[in-house]
Amino acid sequence: MSKIVEGLYYAESHEYVKIEGEYGYVGITDYAQHELGNVVYVDMPDVDDEVEAGADFGAVESVKAASDLISPVSGTVVEINEALNDQPELVNADPYANWIIKVQLSDASEVEKLMDAAAYKAAIGE
Amino acid sequence: MKYFPHTQEDIEQMLQVAGLKSMDDLYGEIPAQLLFNREFDLPEAMSEVEIRKFIEALGKKNSRLACFAGAGVEDHYSPSIINPIISRGEFLTAYTPYQPEISQGTLQYIFEYQSMICELTGMDVTNASMYDGCTATAEAMMMAVAAAKKRNKVLMSATVNPKVKKVVETYAQYNGAVIEIIAEKDGVTDLADLEAKLAGDDVAGVILAQPNFYGIIEDYAGVAEMCHAKKALMIMNANPSALAVLKTPAEWGADIACGDGQTLGIPMNYGGPYVGYLACTNALVRKLPGRIVGATTDVDGKRAFVLTLQAREQHIRREKANSNICSNQSLMALYVTIYMSLMGYKGLKEVNKLSYAGAHYLAEQLVATGKCSMAFDKPFLNEFALKTTVCPKTIQAALLDNGILGGVRIADDTLLICVTEQRTKEEMDLFIETVKNL
Amino acid sequence: MIRNYDKLIFELSKEGRVGYSLPKKQVEGGCMCCGIPENLRRESAPLLPEVTEFDVVRHYTNLSNKNFGVDTGFYPLGSCTMKYNPRINEEMAAHPAFTQLHPSMPTECAQGALEVYYNLAASLAEVSGLAEFTLNPYAGAHGELTGLMIMRQYHIQRGDLKRTKVIVPDSAHGTNPASAAVCGLQIVEVKSTANGTVDVEDLKPLLDDTIAGIMMTNPNTLGIFETEIPEISRLVHECGGLLYYDGANLNAVLGKCRPGDMGFDIMHINLHKTFSTPHGGGGPGDGPVGVRAGLEHLLPNPQVKKDENGRFYLQCDEKSAGYVSNFLGNFGIIMRAYTYILTLGRENVKMVGPLAVLNANYVKESLKGEYYLPIEGVCKHEFVFDGLADKSTGVTTLDIAKRLLDYGYHAPTIYFPLLFHQSIMIEPTETESKETLDEFIAVMKKVAQEAIENPEIVKSAPHSTPVRRLDETTAARFPKTTYKQLKG
Repeated sequence: MSKIVEGLYYAESHEYVKIEGEYGYVGITDYAQHELGNVVYVDMPDVDDEVEAGADFGAVESVKAASDLISPVSGTVVEINEALNDQPELVNADPYANWIIKVQLSDASEVEKLMDAAAYKAAIGE
Repeated sequence: MKYFPHTQEDIEQMLQVAGLKSMDDLYGEIPAQLLFNREFDLPEAMSEVEIRKFIEALGKKNSRLACFAGAGVEDHYSPSIINPIISRGEFLTAYTPYQPEISQGTLQYIFEYQSMICELTGMDVTNASMYDGCTATAEAMMMAVAAAKKRNKVLMSATVNPKVKKVVETYAQYNGAVIEIIAEKDGVTDLADLEAKLAGDDVAGVILAQPNFYGIIEDYAGVAEMCHAKKALMIMNANPSALAVLKTPAEWGADIACGDGQTLGIPMNYGGPYVGYLACTNALVRKLPGRIVGATTDVDGKRAFVLTLQAREQHIRREKANSNICSNQSLMALYVTIYMSLMGYKGLKEVNKLSYAGAHYLAEQLVATGKCSMAFDKPFLNEFALKTTVCPKTIQAALLDNGILGGVRIADDTLLICVTEQRTKEEMDLFIETVKNL
Repeated sequence: MIRNYDKLIFELSKEGRVGYSLPKKQVEGGCMCCGIPENLRRESAPLLPEVTEFDVVRHYTNLSNKNFGVDTGFYPLGSCTMKYNPRINEEMAAHPAFTQLHPSMPTECAQGALEVYYNLAASLAEVSGLAEFTLNPYAGAHGELTGLMIMRQYHIQRGDLKRTKVIVPDSAHGTNPASAAVCGLQIVEVKSTANGTVDVEDLKPLLDDTIAGIMMTNPNTLGIFETEIPEISRLVHECGGLLYYDGANLNAVLGKCRPGDMGFDIMHINLHKTFSTPHGGGGPGDGPVGVRAGLEHLLPNPQVKKDENGRFYLQCDEKSAGYVSNFLGNFGIIMRAYTYILTLGRENVKMVGPLAVLNANYVKESLKGEYYLPIEGVCKHEFVFDGLADKSTGVTTLDIAKRLLDYGYHAPTIYFPLLFHQSIMIEPTETESKETLDEFIAVMKKVAQEAIENPEIVKSAPHSTPVRRLDETTAARFPKTTYKQLKG
């Protein structure tokens, strides 16, 4: 059974966003990391890149699979999780503590189109 | 037919197990108008005896010439043991190493190949090989565009081999990249033109050659800094054999090195198979196309080798992969790995010394005939461009009569001549005499 | 034991040993060390081994013992057509009258080589039903890219610039979309029906004036013949698109039906699959591309032509799709494929497809009790199981593949096509005997039995290979791709 954290917003493509003020921390869910298996590389954008809700901004790679990262929100990347460059396995260890990008949101209302914890739980059939 | 093991009895039994009455039933679902039902317009089957005679006769229609042609393909010595080793069925008839447990032979020689290519080029990492030097350079161009994200312009020096240029331009045309040619000046890349073309801050990469198409060893001092200041990658197409003695792409500050491994002892084979190499800095490894082999251990802790970083590749990334290449030119990678093992650093240096000496002797003597002059006054290794007062076609025709392939005609008054360690003094003197007598 | 040999060539190195012999310096003077200016010379010495010739022979012979080829044993790798690679092909390709030809030689000095090229191209045209072939592309993927360049160029020269999409079935091999993307085309997926064939109803709404063409294999990746191909051809051509045939599965129909007759406009052939040239551990292959009449000028340059006197010459057509290779492709591979066609002759070419299909159906019907066959009916050259019939054992397709290695077989293609979770794709080819197939069938049944009775032995396989299962995660997280990196 996958871990789902209350208070986050979830996308159908298994990314979450944690909102703190005008910023959102985007990562992949526990369900997603479990499906992928051992993460060996996280392909992240550069700081100052623009991301758009519904568009991909990078990818997570396991040994024999790659999954695009689809941004649940729009805005500007203000920080990337540098630790993942050397320790991609952190995504497996705790995907919620180890977010991938920090985004300055351009439209805070976008999160309303995302799922809450309960809806996501239902969506993954748990 | 010796390649078909089926007896009539086998066929009947197998059809029965398959629940079919006749061989035609195997194609029963196919619309009748699609079935081919005339005889093929092909020759009748030949026995081995007949095939040998037939190919022998075709071979007689080719000429055996002392080769003074280069232009990217050189007539180097191939050690005798290479063919027997690469002809071993375990290497020859294997496919790409999908099952590492029974492919350690292939995986290990690719690892050794990668190690040696990185040693020659000075780069951090290379893939398991590419088709040839032209396509490796085209892939380098696409790497630069992918790494730059929003830039699609790539500069290419006019001194790059035209065959490489044409393939790079073809790939670019469809891929959406824009190629601009950097002018040449006195046979080398015009660095002032390069600087001007970089000024727009819109260049993803710069493709240069070493030695260049005219055989000249170019001085690229300051070029890496010039490229990097404008966030453009420096790509160097280099002859790997020459890198035993020339400043390496890494020493010049290149981000990507590429080229053709044919000069590492591969027979000229009328254009192929050769092997392309493509190497880069660690920073670019995720943009590097093709197979890569890495070291690891098995469950018992034994050292072993495996295809790695596979999530970059087409079978996983599909349309998002940076390249469509599936496999590598594996057997030819083995070819050059064995070659490099045999030659070592010493042997490669010796090859270059002999070729250098021959080329400089021939150049001097040809100039001394009074019928030619050096096209450029620049340092060269084993290939040089020669201006001729007599029409190069006339020279080549006369040489051909004496069993000599007299270089490659690259302009109405210019021949490109290459000398390797295989050319004897007698052949060179015959070349010189022939020109003298014109 | 031979199989435990674990040295790298670098580890055999001893300072002072040499493995080469070179001629003496032929001329006076010409000293490289004084001739090349210091600033152009290499600064550091490359770390290359110092070994004797005999060291090298033993080393690589030992490495070869840790490899498995078609010569070693049955290699039922689906979609790869691992047929027997005849040695006469090798002998002819090594003929010095051909290997010593420089690509810049005047064509009058290479008439024999050009004739080989021309004749093979003509033979491929005959067996595939297309008008003309180039042999310049180096591999299947390279042929595919070349074919798509031709497709784009065809539309560009008609001034029809908005055709930038190509339709690819969802069951297609990853190379199809990757080639399309490299060629600057956008991919549109068409769905498959339950039996894996292109869903014609799903195709229809996709067809508009932005479609450059469609890429298909026939039979498809499941080994099923696309019987609706005449209708698909009509629909795609009516919308102004072209049909591209991925020749990966040509062996299934060789001698029986021809892509040209099915309506395809452009195709590639893998000489290393259908025409018996060796796979070489991953290459070199060759990927000839053929086109229907009217598209010949688009083939890549240089093109080999024959004049009225029977002389061969090279032509560079300005309207060509471009240049894709150094010269005329992997000529050595062309020699091999040509030899194979000469050996088969017109009377045997037509048996290749039928015998390959017979072998596939025989294996399929013999194993469908133990393994789950998702699509019933006559297959072509290959077929796909979706794992074991008994799903309760926890034994996966990967485990089965690894267990087969213990029994001396190469594994089938696994986890492809993506339509099923536990795909096992088996292609026996026509060169395997009934006895070989019977032994393989018995072993496959035995593995299915082991999965029930002793699943651990399957899950931990292989046990008897030179190395066992590998730590691929560490290899990918901390890549060590050279000796220097390995030594740290």
